[in-house]
Amino acid sequence: MAILINERTRIIVQGFTGRIGTFHAQEMIDYGSNVVGGVTPGKGGQKHLGLPVFNTVREAVEQAGAEASIVFVPPAFAADSIMEAADAGIKYCVSITDGIPTQDMMTVKNFLRLFPKQNRMVLSGPNCSGTISPGRSMLGIMPGHIYSQGIVGVVGRSGTLGYEAADQMRRLNIGISTSVGIGGDPIIGSSHRDILEKLEEDPETKIALMIGEIGGPMEVEAGLFAKENMRKPLVAYIAGLTAPSGRRMGHAGAIISSTGESAAEKVEQLQELGVTICPTPSMMGETVAKVLAGL
Amino acid sequence: MDIHEYQAKEILAEYGIKLAEGGLAYSVEEAVQRSREIGSNVWVVKAQIHSGARGKAGAIKICRSHQEIETAAESLLGKKLVTHQTGPTGKLCSKLYIEAGTDIAREVYLALMIDRSHERIVMVGSAQGGMDIETLAVTNPGAIKKIHIEPAVGLQDFQARTMAFSLGLDGELLNHAIKTIRGCYRALRDLDANILEINPLVVTRNNELIALDAKMSFDENALFRRHRVSELRDNTQIDPREVAAAEAGLSYVGLDGDIGCMINGAGLAMATMDMIKLAGGEPANFLDVGGGASAERTEKAFRLVLADSNVKAMLVNIFAGINRCDWIAEGVVQAVRNIGTTVPLVVRLSGTNVEEGRRIIADSGLPIITAETLAEAAEKAVHARNQVVA
Repeated sequence: MAILINERTRIIVQGFTGRIGTFHAQEMIDYGSNVVGGVTPGKGGQKHLGLPVFNTVREAVEQAGAEASIVFVPPAFAADSIMEAADAGIKYCVSITDGIPTQDMMTVKNFLRLFPKQNRMVLSGPNCSGTISPGRSMLGIMPGHIYSQGIVGVVGRSGTLGYEAADQMRRLNIGISTSVGIGGDPIIGSSHRDILEKLEEDPETKIALMIGEIGGPMEVEAGLFAKENMRKPLVAYIAGLTAPSGRRMGHAGAIISSTGESAAEKVEQLQELGVTICPTPSMMGETVAKVLAGL
Repeated sequence: MDIHEYQAKEILAEYGIKLAEGGLAYSVEEAVQRSREIGSNVWVVKAQIHSGARGKAGAIKICRSHQEIETAAESLLGKKLVTHQTGPTGKLCSKLYIEAGTDIAREVYLALMIDRSHERIVMVGSAQGGMDIETLAVTNPGAIKKIHIEPAVGLQDFQARTMAFSLGLDGELLNHAIKTIRGCYRALRDLDANILEINPLVVTRNNELIALDAKMSFDENALFRRHRVSELRDNTQIDPREVAAAEAGLSYVGLDGDIGCMINGAGLAMATMDMIKLAGGEPANFLDVGGGASAERTEKAFRLVLADSNVKAMLVNIFAGINRCDWIAEGVVQAVRNIGTTVPLVVRLSGTNVEEGRRIIADSGLPIITAETLAEAAEKAVHARNQVVA
C-alpha cells in the first residue's frame, strides 16, 4: 500500500528538460519510479530521456495518464507550475524548488482551496526532498539506496535529517513504508498532521516517526491530532535545541518567533500528548526500534 | 531582509501615510542643519540601526536646543549601539533621523504581517500602543485585535473600519485611519514585505494620525522581483560573516560557542548542533553548505568557519543526497591543504559515494579524525576541543 505513491503511480517531471530536472528524472527512472514523461512549455512533441515532452500539464494528464508530478521549475515560476498541476487534475505534487516567495505560496494555497476536498491536489513542499515509498517509487531527490522497505511511516521538514533517520533505521533492519519531506518554508503544501492522517489510514504502516524543527505550531498540532485520532504510536524528534531565539536557521520556517516554538517547549508539549520523544538525533532509529518491540 | 526606520518611512510616505517632518543626517553638522530646516523647538534624534527597543537603550534622544542636538548626535554617530535585540556586539550607527517633536495625545499599535499558520495576511492592532506587543500578547491578549485578510479579495474597507474602531480611532480620525491601514496593506502586498509595523501610531493634540516609528522586513525570496527594495540593504547592520556567507551562497549564523560546524541541510545542521551540545560542547556557528557543494564551495565554507577566532575544533557532517561524498572529501582535503588548519578536524561522511569519500580522506595523509555516525562525530569533536583547551 504505502501512501501517496506506489510502483504504479504515473509520474511527470515539471521542468523536465532543465539540468536539475534531467538529472533527477534519470535518478527516479533508475530507482524504478514509473516516470511517463515531462513538461517544458514550448518543447512539446520532443522526446527527452526516451520519454515524451508535453507543453502543458493537462496534455500530460490526457495523453500519458499522469497522476503525480515533481516540480523543478525555478522559484520565480514555480508557484504557477504548481497551480497548473492542480488545475490539470494531478493528484499529488512534490515541489522541490527552494526560494519561492511567501506571498506566491499564499496564492497557491488559496488556489488549492478553491477545489472541493475530494478533487484537491495534495502538495508537499516547496523546499523539500520529496517522497519515497521504498522499493516501489521515488518522487524526490533523496539517495534511494539508504531506504529499506518496511512498516515505519516518516514525515519530516528536513531532507538530510530524514536521510539520517532512514540510515539509522536501515542499520537496525527497520524499513519504511513511505517517507514524506514536507519542506522547510513558512507556507507549505501539507503539514505534519496532514501526512499523519494518511499514515494512520495506511494498513501497511504500523508506526509513525515525525521529524520536526523549531518554529511554528505544526508539530504540536500534529501531536494533538495523534492523541485524538491515531491508534498507531507516534515517535518524534525536534531539532534546534541550541538555536537562539529570533534567528533564521537556514529554513525560513525555522525561526522562533513566539512562545511555545522552541525545541524544548515543543518536546514538553508533545510528551504531555503521549508522543514518544527521541532524546537525541542519533537515537531516532533506536527509539523507533524500542516502540516497535513493544507492539 | 530588514531596513532602517527612515527607509520604511520613505515607503510609507509614498503610500499616503502621514509622518512627522524629518530628515536624515550623516554628521553632527548635518543633524543641526536638519533641525534648522524642520523648524520647531523640540526634536527627536533617532539612531538608524536595525533594531527595536532603541528608546530604552538610549538610541533615541529628545532635544530642546541645537546645542542638545549637537551633543546627542556626537554621542550616537560612529558608535556601536547595544540594545536588547542587537546582541552584545551592538550595531554601528552611521546615520541619524532628525524629526520634529510630536505633541502626543494617544498611542496605538498597528501591524500587518504574513501569518504563516493561517496562510494569510493578518492585521494586528492594539489601543495600547508604544509598548512591546509580545509582552502585551502574554499579559493581556484580549487587548490585541487580529483580522485576517482573504488573499483572493484583499483588504476590505469594513475590515479597516473594524480595526480603526477597535483602536478607538473614530470621528474625524476614522478616514485617516482607513487611509493609513489601506496604505500599509498595499505596501506589504506590492513590495513582498513579511511585516510592516507602526509602533506607535499616534494621535496628536491637533487630532492628526502620525506614524511615529516604522519597521519593515522583506521576503528574501522575493527580492529578485523587488529591485528597489533590495537596494535598501545595509550590510553594515549584518554580521560580516553572514554577509560573506550569503555572497558564497551559504547559509551561516554566528553563535557563541567554539566548535565550528559545516553541515549540509538546515535540519541536519540543527540536529548536529544539538548533538554537540548534548556531548558537552557549544557550536560556534550554524552553516548549511546546501546541495551540490563543490570543492570550491567547501573551501569557502572552511574559510568562513575558521575565520572565527573562537573556533577550537571543527566538525564536518555531510549526508550526501544530491551531494556526493567524494566531491566533499576532495573539497575538504583541498581546503585543509590551502588554508592549513590549526584546529583539529572531525569529518563524518554518509550517503552517496561514501566509500570513495572515505578513501580520499584516508589517502590524503592529513590528520583528519573520521567518524561513522552522528553521535560519534559530535563526541570526537567535543573531545578534540577539550584537548585543545586543556
